[in-house]
Formats: sequence, C-alpha cells, structure tokens
Amino acid sequence: MSDDADTSPEVMLRFYKMLYPFQSIFTWLNHEHTPTKLFTHREFAFTLQGDVYLRYHSFNTAEDLKKQVCTLNPTRFEIGPMYSAKPRDKKTVRSAAFSPQRRELVFDIDMTDYDGVRTCCSAADICSRCWGFIAAAVKVLQSILVEQFGFRHLLWVYSGRRGIHLWISDPEALDLTDDQRRALVSALTVVEGGKEMVKKVNVRTAKGLPPLLWDALDTLRSAFGPLVLDDQDCFSSQEGWETLLQLIPDRPIVEKLRNEWSQDPDRPSAQKWEELKDLIHKKKTDVQSRLKEALEDIVFQYTYPRIDAEVSKHRNHLLKAPFCVHPKTGRVCVPLDPNHIDRFDPRDVPTIGQLLRELNSSTSRGEVAGWEKTSLKPYVDLLDRHTMGILEEVRIMKRNNTTW
Amino acid sequence: MFRHSEIKNFKPQKRTLTTSESASTAGEYPYRLNFYERPPLFEVTVEDFEECAIDRLRILAEIESSYARNRTWEELKEVTGKLCRKYLHLNSNQTAIGHINSQEQRKRDHLGHFVLRLAFCRSEELRRRFVKAETTLFQVRYEEDDSLERIEFVNSLNFGWTKVTSADEKGSLEEELKALQVKQSTSSDNYVKVHWTKVPDLVAKRRVFLRGGFAYVSSQEISSIIFHEFESRLEKALEHTAKMLPRMDEDTRLVPILNNLSQGFLVGIPSEWSSAPSSGDEVRAEMIDDMAKKHFPLCMRNLHECLTRDRHLKHFGRLQYGLFLKVLGLSIDEAIHFWRKSFSNLTDDKFNKEYKYNIRHSYGLEGKRANYPAKSCQQILTTDKPSVGDCHGCPYRHFSPENLQSSLLTHYSSQGLDTTDLHEIMRTVKDGHYHVACTRVFEITHGRKGVKKGDGIGGGESVTHPNQYAARSIEIEKEQSQEGTAMAVVVD
Ligand SMILES: [Zn+2]
Repeated sequence: MSDDADTSPEVMLRFYKMLYPFQSIFTWLNHEHTPTKLFTHREFAFTLQGDVYLRYHSFNTAEDLKKQVCTLNPTRFEIGPMYSAKPRDKKTVRSAAFSPQRRELVFDIDMTDYDGVRTCCSAADICSRCWGFIAAAVKVLQSILVEQFGFRHLLWVYSGRRGIHLWISDPEALDLTDDQRRALVSALTVVEGGKEMVKKVNVRTAKGLPPLLWDALDTLRSAFGPLVLDDQDCFSSQEGWETLLQLIPDRPIVEKLRNEWSQDPDRPSAQKWEELKDLIHKKKTDVQSRLKEALEDIVFQYTYPRIDAEVSKHRNHLLKAPFCVHPKTGRVCVPLDPNHIDRFDPRDVPTIGQLLRELNSSTSRGEVAGWEKTSLKPYVDLLDRHTMGILEEVRIMKRNNTTW
Repeated sequence: MFRHSEIKNFKPQKRTLTTSESASTAGEYPYRLNFYERPPLFEVTVEDFEECAIDRLRILAEIESSYARNRTWEELKEVTGKLCRKYLHLNSNQTAIGHINSQEQRKRDHLGHFVLRLAFCRSEELRRRFVKAETTLFQVRYEEDDSLERIEFVNSLNFGWTKVTSADEKGSLEEELKALQVKQSTSSDNYVKVHWTKVPDLVAKRRVFLRGGFAYVSSQEISSIIFHEFESRLEKALEHTAKMLPRMDEDTRLVPILNNLSQGFLVGIPSEWSSAPSSGDEVRAEMIDDMAKKHFPLCMRNLHECLTRDRHLKHFGRLQYGLFLKVLGLSIDEAIHFWRKSFSNLTDDKFNKEYKYNIRHSYGLEGKRANYPAKSCQQILTTDKPSVGDCHGCPYRHFSPENLQSSLLTHYSSQGLDTTDLHEIMRTVKDGHYHVACTRVFEITHGRKGVKKGDGIGGGESVTHPNQYAARSIEIEKEQSQEGTAMAVVVD
C-alpha cells in the first residue's frame, strides 16, 4: 500500500486542488457566511517541503486561502487565533496593536504520553488497541466539558497518526482569556509528574474526590477492565505488576502479592487485579476505604486523559487544520463523532492515495465538489453539520442583541 | 522621607489640580468598601494629593513587609488594621459619628488609591506589587467590615451571579455541594451561581461544583470571587493608566511626587522622626557609648564603632550619625562636647574652625537655620551610597554578606543573637528586604525583654527609621524598669 502513504508534492497539490473542503473550513472558523474578523484576522501558518515554516498569513475569503495553499503547496497548515489586526499586516501595525483576541479552546492528546501505560506500541506507533486510551479520554473530556463547563460545539479531529485534537467553538470559548484557559486546564489535569514520579494522581482533598471527577471515575472504571486488564494486560510483566504494587499503600498486601506473583508470573492482569481487590476487602473498614481510594487513583493513573497542557493554555498556540494530510501515513485528519469513538479504527481513515483513486474512478459529474465523490464525504458532512449548530447559535445571539 | 526641597516648592503656591471637570456630589460614598471604579472627580491641593498617598503608602508598605516576614493572615490583619486606624481610618455607616466625617474619610481613601495608581503603573514589577498590596488591603477591610453593610456593598457590585434559592436545585446537587464545603454546615447554607469564568482560581483548584458552565460557590467562598474581581479589574485599570501616563508627565509638579512615592514602596515606608524625644530625658555626651551598645541599630552601632576606632568620621557619616543623635535628644552643647571628645586627634583650633560650624548648622543654628530631620531608612538606603573608607549607609544593604554576619555577631551576640539566627537574616537580606532583616534583629536582641518574633518595633511594625528603632528600645527598657519598681513596691 505504498501508494496510500504517498504524500509527494504532486499528490498533495492534487489533493488541495480537487479535494480539500476550503469552504467548510472557512464557515466553521468564520461563524457566518460572509467573512468576519474571525476569518480575515485569523493567523494561518504553513509548513513547506523541507520544513520551511511561514507564519502570520491571513486571507479575506475561502478562495484566497485556497489560492495561497495551492501556490505554496504546504505539507500541512495550522490555524491560530483571531488577532486585533490582520496577521499579514503585522509588520506595519504597532506591536501593541497586534495581540491575539479570540480563539477556539483547543486540546491535544497524543499517544506518546501514554508510553508508560500502553504495552502494544511505543513512541509514534499507534494501533487499534491503543486507540482504547484515546476513546476513554474522549468520553471523559466530552462529558466534563459539556455537562460541567457547559460547552456545546465540540469538534474532535483525528490528528493523522497517533492522537486526537479537540476544537471548541462556542462564542464563550473563543472569548476565554489565557488565565481562564489556564484555570480550566489545571482543573482537568489529573495525571502529573514524569517517569520518576510513581504516584501520578494526587487530586483528593480532605473531603475526598472533587465532584468534577465523579462522572469521569464512573466512565473510567468501566473502561479499565477491558482496556487495561484484558487488552493491554498492563500487569503481566514483572515491571508492570511492580508498578501496580508501588501504588498500594499497604505493606502486608504488597509483600504477599509480590511473593505469589513472582512464583506464578503468568497470571493475567485481570486475575492479579481480582486478587488485590480480595485482599483489600478483607481489611478493616477504615483501612479498606483508604485502599479503595488507592484503587480509584490507579484507575485514573492508567486511563485518565493525558492532555498536552501547553496547547490549551495560550490563545496564540497554533494547531494543525482539520483535513490536512499526515505526511508519514498519508491519512487525512478527519473529524470524528464522539458517540462512535469506540468503533473508530485509525486504519479505516481514508488516505490521500485512496481518495484520489476514488475521484478518478468516480462517474458522477456536475457541479459537486470533489470530496463529495469520495469517502471523504461523511467526514465533511460531519463538519458541516457541526458548523450549522454554531451558525444557528450565533444567529440567535445576534438577533437577541439587536432587539434589546 | 521625601526630599524636603521638592516639597517646599509646592507649599507656598497652594495651587490646585483638577482631576476632572465635574465636581463631586455629597454622599458619593455609600459604602466603606470601594472598588475604585471611577476616578476622583474633585479638586485637590497638591498637599492633599501627596498626603493621602503617603498615608496609604505606609499601609501598603507594611503589607508588603508582612508578606516578606511570613506573617500569618491573622497577624497581617491585625498589623494592617492598626495602621489603618492610625492613618486611613474608615468608619462604617453604623459607627460614623457624623455622616460628613465618614464621607471625608472615604474621599481620602479614594484619592490616595488613585494617586498611587499613577505612581505604580509605570513598570510591570511595580504594578504587580501594588495590585497584591491593594488587594490585600481590600481583603483586610472586607473581612472586618460590618456584615450587613458588606452584603449591601456586594449586592451593589453586580457580578452577574444568582442566588441558588430553589430547594429543588439545591436538593438535586446536595451531594456535590456537600463534598465541597469547607466546614460541615447545615442545609441552610447559601450558594450563588456564577459563570465559571468569574472564579478561575476556584475552578483551577476544583473547589467549586460546575454544571452547565455555572459554578456553585458556597457563601464561604463568595469572597474569593470578589477578591479575584478586585484584583483583575485593578490589573486592567493599571495597564490602562500606564498607557495614559505620558500625558501626565507633562505636569512637572506631580512627577517628583510620583517618583518619590514609587521609590518609597521599593525600600520601605517613609517615616519621619524629626521630633524631639517625648520623654524629656536629656541625653548627655558620656551616655552615648552605653546607649549605643544597648539601643542602636546596626548602622549607628557601626558608625559609633568607626568613630571610636578612627577618632574621625567622614562627611556623610557625621551627617547620618549627628542627625540621629540630635533626634535622640542630644542638645547642641552636648553634641559639641561629644564630637570634640570623639575627634581626639584634632586641635581645638581645627575643630572649632572646621567642625563646630557644621554641628551648629545641623541644629539649625547657622546658615538657613533649617531644622534638619534625621535620615530615614529610605534615605540611608538610596542616597549617598558609601564608597571605600565610608562608614555610613545601611550595613544590611551595603556590607558584604561575610562582613555583615561577623558584624552582627560582634555587636549583638551579647544581646542574644547567635549563629543560628544568621540564616534567616541573611536570606531576608538576599531578597532585598533590608528593613525586615533589621526588624528581625531588633526582635532577637530584645527577646530577653519579652519581644517575640513578629512583634517588630511594637504592634508588628517594621523598622523604617533608625531613631524609631532606638526610641522603641529605650522605651522597652523604661517599661521594664517601671514594672520592676512597681513590683518592688508590691513586695515592700
Ligand atoms: Zn498500540
């Protein structure tokens, strides 16, 4: 399938010319059909062949953007904030008059941050098995951000290889200051500390687990068994179960299990977990509740979303545009439906080679856009439906403002 | 203190500044607390302009030094409250004797705040420190405010929150809300609902319950919203003022005042000790040596030692020490006697010709006959930096760490300071809090007389003037000897 992973300049140029949904991207960023500052003052950055990086481009229309993309033929491009002036005029305006104003609240989750817990792959690799961690992350974040923070317009986008991006386009999300973004990220950050830190979850207060994480715990509890115990079998190796035992604050239990497991190391993780739970159940009530909390913290440590905080904290952070092509895999960064996230398999994502073949063999003619004739269509439709929700809300907001 | 020449330039002129075209109306300050949203709209004299600012600055500087000294919140509150009553008292509506009186107090509070905004908007660092100190002052006042008036004030702010009143709503969230309570309290506990973006601090710490973008904040945490709002509004206002300031700078009358004010914040509270000692006890030349050992701060002990050792002091050293001794209570005759005896290498003729005039001058008996005040810590810290061979200045700032440590041990080990104290003192010095270090030394060396850490030179105040240091030390000794007498009487 070397054909599928082909991202040569010629192939890329054809993709931009024939397939990339510029109009859909424009409307999604712009919140209206006619260009607003949300588009015209928006920064675009281009990565060209040979890793040349061009920043502070901006465009008046979707057509302008398309023209420039086809001229530069970048390997990918990124989207930044709406500035107080047009980014392309940056050199001619006073620096005080050039600052980021509005920006989607964005998140980036990358599989490499799970290297300590996943056993199937490492580094840049990703398989359908490790996708389980991403799926758990999506469910948890979707629930907290919608139920608790009240956001309504969330777009999840596959990052093309080993992770997922989230773009939140609610008007209130766009208005968040860096301070508010920092506060939100810090509330959502649960797994902390590098390799040297054994216990990475420290979120409890004197009153127990904060309500913010109650639903997350329920979600992750049900994900933990199939994902961590059955599929990843995280406690099968000695290194794996040693890590687990280090998180149990009860010496007799730890010593008993270490002894048993080193004599019979092949017990599957699920069995080891059950043995651990059984021993805890035999403890006195007060000790038991402390140890149950330790188990909950282990669930968090293995499955709670690991967010790249820096991406979310600052308005001026750039993030790769949806529908770009990953240069290594040739896969398109397509939007995903969070309700079907469990069924998603990265290997099913259309590649640029596949799409161009579909386009060639398509028999449909007429005025339709190129992507409509390919398997890219359901993904663009997903974005368009999402955008309609934003447009509707902005329209109602505007109407209310004028009648008042 | 501020250089007097500059202030004098203003005084005779009695000019007024207009901060805005429109005049104020009576009863403009319905509450004791103020968010300072509108600039003062009244005419002020240059004197008022400066005085209100200095009084406020004393309080803010003490707040800063409380942080540097790691005071607990209760201690900070007490010290700040005491200073407020002294310099910037604000009556509640309840306690206001006359309505006009409280309006006048609040007007001064309003003016002082805005003058200091002008002085402290100039750099990022000053802005940060000012915001912290002002927010703390607001917090102190908020906590000691009459609870009814506080509620009225809070309601006037319009933060866009709603009270959670419906029993249904409260009931359905009961479990979540209970998990957040600081203290176990009854179901009658009040909550307000506010958009989460208004309470980022509480959100970051997961201290609120969130639903649909709204944070449920318990009454115990409502103050957190208010303080955050105060802080963030002030930050924005200061940045705005900084942009407007270039126009202000054209007013040459104000620039030196503003510069002095921001300078004062950097090195401690300006304080003045030009008055004669209240005790009326005369200080005689032969008493100085003994007093120095018992009561003088390190700068003066150092000067005294240099004088004894070298039988001479250079110009700035004579000035610093001479004015200090004058304010301590040394009369002009005793001063001439003291200096004559100290400069024992000089002939009478040379002394009379070269030094006597200067001593009389400093007592206001020659030249323009000005009554020169003794130098404050601020002046000692910032003016006439000592060079090689000079003994004046502030040892905490101007000595090398090694010399400072050995000097501290030499001078104060007999009064209870030992090597274990040095670490704390040197750390404070390293952070640039010289007056805090000096205050700590005062506390240590008066520990045997019952002074505890945090007491400072009385009421928790920090040292801002060498004479204040010495005066307090003498006072403590006197109190103790009086207690001793009283005891003796009882025993009799
Ligand atoms: Zn994998």
